[in-house]
Amino acid sequence: MSEDLVNIEVDGIPLKAKKGTMLIRVTDEAGIRIPRFCYHDKLSVAANCRMCLVEVEKAPKPMPACATPVAEGMRVWTRSPKALAAQKATMEFLLINHPLDCPVCDQGGECELQDVSMGYGEGISRYSEAKRAVKDKDIGPLIATEMTRCIHCTRCVRFGEEIAGLRELGATGRGEFMEIGTFVEKSVTSELSGNVIDLCPVGALTAKPSRFTYRAWELVQHASVAPHDGVGSNIHLHTYNGRVMRVVPRHNEAVNETWISDRDRFSYTGLGAADRLTAPMIREGDQWVTTDWETALTRVVEGLRGQPAEACGALLSPQASVEELYLAQQWLRGLGVRNLDHRLRQSDFSDQDRAPLFPYLGDALEALEQTRACLLVGSEIRKDQPLAGHRLRKAALGGARVMAINPRQVPFNFPVAETVSADPRGMVLALAGVARAALERAGRTAPEGFKALLQAARTDETVRAMAQALAEGEGARVLLGVQAHAHPHFALLRALAGLVCETTGATLGYLPDGGNGAGAWLAGAVAHRGPAGESLDAAGQTPDQWLQPGLKGCLLLNVEPDMDCEDPARVMKALGSAAFVAALTPFAGEALKRVAHVLLPVATFAETSGTYVNVEGRWQSVAGAAQPPGETRPAWKVLRVLGNMSGLEGFEYLSSEEVRDALKDRLRAAGVEGFDTVYRHDGASLAVPEASRGLQRIGAVGPYGVDSLVRRAAPLQATQDAGAHALARIHPRQARSLGLEEGDQVEVRQEGLSARLPLALDEAIPEGCLWLPVGVAATRHLGRSHGAVELNKV
Amino acid sequence: MATAILQFFKTFMLWELLVGLKLTGRHLFRRKITVQFPEENTPISPRFRGLHALRRYPNGEERCIACKLCEAVCPALAITIESALREDGTRRTTRYDIDLFKCIYCGFCEEACPVDSIVETHIQHYHFESRGEQIMTKEKLLAIGDKYEAEIAAARAADAPYR
Repeated sequence: MSEDLVNIEVDGIPLKAKKGTMLIRVTDEAGIRIPRFCYHDKLSVAANCRMCLVEVEKAPKPMPACATPVAEGMRVWTRSPKALAAQKATMEFLLINHPLDCPVCDQGGECELQDVSMGYGEGISRYSEAKRAVKDKDIGPLIATEMTRCIHCTRCVRFGEEIAGLRELGATGRGEFMEIGTFVEKSVTSELSGNVIDLCPVGALTAKPSRFTYRAWELVQHASVAPHDGVGSNIHLHTYNGRVMRVVPRHNEAVNETWISDRDRFSYTGLGAADRLTAPMIREGDQWVTTDWETALTRVVEGLRGQPAEACGALLSPQASVEELYLAQQWLRGLGVRNLDHRLRQSDFSDQDRAPLFPYLGDALEALEQTRACLLVGSEIRKDQPLAGHRLRKAALGGARVMAINPRQVPFNFPVAETVSADPRGMVLALAGVARAALERAGRTAPEGFKALLQAARTDETVRAMAQALAEGEGARVLLGVQAHAHPHFALLRALAGLVCETTGATLGYLPDGGNGAGAWLAGAVAHRGPAGESLDAAGQTPDQWLQPGLKGCLLLNVEPDMDCEDPARVMKALGSAAFVAALTPFAGEALKRVAHVLLPVATFAETSGTYVNVEGRWQSVAGAAQPPGETRPAWKVLRVLGNMSGLEGFEYLSSEEVRDALKDRLRAAGVEGFDTVYRHDGASLAVPEASRGLQRIGAVGPYGVDSLVRRAAPLQATQDAGAHALARIHPRQARSLGLEEGDQVEVRQEGLSARLPLALDEAIPEGCLWLPVGVAATRHLGRSHGAVELNKV
Repeated sequence: MATAILQFFKTFMLWELLVGLKLTGRHLFRRKITVQFPEENTPISPRFRGLHALRRYPNGEERCIACKLCEAVCPALAITIESALREDGTRRTTRYDIDLFKCIYCGFCEEACPVDSIVETHIQHYHFESRGEQIMTKEKLLAIGDKYEAEIAAARAADAPYR
C-alpha cells in the first residue's frame, strides 16, 4: 500500500483514499450519496451552498464534505441526526427565496433542488415573509434566464472562469442582494456557453431555443455523436414523438469530458428548417415536381450514365458518415467516375500523394493537455474545434507555450506565448523562419528543396522563440488547422511543418474541417486514393481541375455548392453548365434548386445510423434517433439502391454496420497499423510564393457556417459569430489610406464579381489584407477565398 | 303429525304468498324514491367526476400553464399536451386533447393540477355522433369551462372544507 493512502470510515464503512482528497469525492466513488449544489467534479471547490454538511468526529460543527480533505483515522457520518439537521436547515434556507414555480420551470423533473428537497426538505414552509425577486438578464439567444430561481451556487461563474476562459457571468452584491449576471449589459459569447444550462442545478439558466416545449420525463434519450467538428463530441439526442427536442453532452472523459460546444448543442434546431426536403423532386423544364423514389432514382442512374464518366464528378460532404462516403465512392468508381472529393475548401493539392493515410491529430485528444509546446498554424482552434481548444487551454494554463501563426490575431481564451499574423505569403515565410531557426539550433543544414524558401524566411525574435519552445518543450506538436488546409500554399505549410517537426522532435498533427474529415480519407472519398488508402489504377482529378465549364455530370452529397466550396462562383458556374446534377441533400437550398436536376431527400446525422472517425482516429458508431421527415431516407440506403440499380456487384448490405465492417476489413487487409505522425518532403525544390500586389483577400468559414444544418440553426445564427453578422474586416490604418470608416457599406470586387457588406475596422487583420468570411450569404457570389480584391465605398 | 297438518293448511291458504306480499304492501304506502329521468335527475355530489373543463381566471386568462402533470399522472394515457412559449413570454399549451374513449374519469388530472385548471364537472349527459368527436380539444374544454364556471366554482367551494 502506498504511503499517501489513508483509512477513513464513512457511516461505519471503512474506506481507503488518497490523503488530501476531498471527502465528497471519496464518498462519490464509494457510492455514498451526499446532497450538494455547488460542488462539481470538473470545477473548483467553492463550498458556498453548505448542502453537503456532514458530521466529522472531533469536529465541533458539521463540515462541508466538498471542502474537507480526508485524513488518517477520520470518522464521518453523513446521515447522523447532527448531519441531517444541518442539511435540513440548509435546505430550508435555500428554499426561503426560491419561487415555487416548478410547474412552469423547464428544469422541473430533472432539478437537483427538487430532488434534494424531496429528501431533505420539509413538507410545509415556515417562512411567511416577502420573497426576493430578481430581474431577469438577457444573455443572448441561447440561454434563458429566470434569476429569481438562482440559489447562488456559482457553478456558472466558475465555469466561465475555469473552463470557458471568459469571465462573462459574475456575482454582484452580497447576501440577500447577491445577483448573478453579466458585468456589462452584453450577451454571453463563449463557444461553450451552453454548458451552464447543464451545470445550473436549478432552473435559473435553461435552454432558450427549446424553452417550454417539453418536460424532462417525456424525452427519450439516444446516444449519438456530433458531426460538426473533428472532435466527435459524444452527445445525447433527446427526442419527443420522434423529434429532437434538445441535445445534451454524453460523458466521455477521452473525447469531450462532460462538455459540448454550442454548435453541437443547438445545431438540431436546423432539423426542421423551412426548406427541409421531404420528398424526391425532379426538374421538369423550369418547374420542380415532387415525385416518388423509383422515378427519381431511375432518373439519377440514367442521368449519370448518359454523361461521359471522365467528365463527371462528385462533391461529398466531410460531415457525411463513413458508410455514406464509402458507398458513394464504391458506386461512383463502379460507374467509372473518378473525380470525387470531400476536400471542398482546399485549394492546394500539389502534395496530396505524400499526404498521410488520414489527417491525424498525432495523438489522443487527452494528450493535448500534456503538451508543453504547441504551434498552431492557421487554426482558430477555439472556434473551429472548441473542445480540442479546451484541452489546449488546460495545457496553456499549466504552463505550456502555445504559439500561433495565423492570418489574423485570434482572441484566444488562454495565454499565448508567441503569435504571428500575416498574409498567406507571410504565414509561409514565418513558418519557414521557425524551420530555419530550428535547423540553426540543431546545427543542421537545410535539406535541398527548402534552400530558396529558408533564404527568404522571416528571421526575428518571435520565430526563434517558437523554434526554441518546440525544441525544448516536452510532447511538442505542430498542428495544421482548418485555415492551413484552405491556405493557397497548403503544401508549403505542410512541408515546412514536417521539417520543423523532424528537426525539433515535435509531432505533426492535423485539425481539418468537417466532422468526418478523417473518416473521409479512410473511406476513399479523395480523388487519388481508394478506401483504406489503396492506390488507384487511375487517379481522379482534384476539384479545382474538374469543377470547370465543360463538366457534364455531378453528384452532390449533402453539399451546398455556393456555401461549402472554395471559389463558389466557379463551382456554381461549372454546375450550372453541367447537363446533369443530382443532389442527395436534407435541405433544398436555393442554390441547389438552381443547378440540380434531381433532389433526393436524405437523413441528417440525427436520423440515421452511421460512423464518424474523429481526428484521433476514434471510430464512433451511432444509431438514428429522430424520425426522418416525409419520404426522407438514410443516404447509405439511397446509395446502396443506386448501386443495385446500376447493376454493380457488392451492394447487398442490409445494415450500416455491414458497410462499416466491409471498410474495416479493407483497412485490415491493407495492413494499416498505427498512424503517420511525420511528413517528409520529397526533395523537389519549393518555390517562394510570389509577393502580391494590392489588397489581399483572406478569410475563413466561421463556427456557425460549417455545414448546411448549422447554417439553418436559427438560435446559432442569432449569435455574434453567425453569418448574418458578416463584416468585411480591415486594419484601421489600411482603412484610413483608402478613406474608409467603420460601418461603411463597401463593395468588394474580385475578378469581375462583386459583393456588398458593411466594413469593420479590426486591428487583428494584417495590413494589406481584407478579411471576408466564407460560407455566408454575403460572400457566396465571390470567387476564391484568397487573391487580389478591390474595395470601394458604395 | 301436528307440523304435517300445519304444513297442509299453509299450502292450502297461500300463506307464503301473503308473507311475500307483506313487503309489497309496506312499500305501497311508503314515500316513493323513483326519479323521473330524464325530466328529473338524482342529486350529485360536488365531487362528481363528469365531463372535463378547462377553467380561466376571472380576468379571462386561461389557467393552464402546460406543466403536463395531468398528462403524466393520467393512468389511461388519455391526455395529450403540446406546449410552447407564447408571445408574452409565458408557458402555454398549443394543444390540449382529452380522448374521452380512453378516459376512466378517475379525477387524477384534477388532483394533479397545480392551478385548478383542468376539472371534472357535474356534466354527465353527453354523446358523440361521429368519429373524432370524443377528442375534447382545448377550445371545447375552455368553452365548457366558460359556460359552467359558476357551477364549477360552487362545487369546488362546497368541497373545500374537506380537502
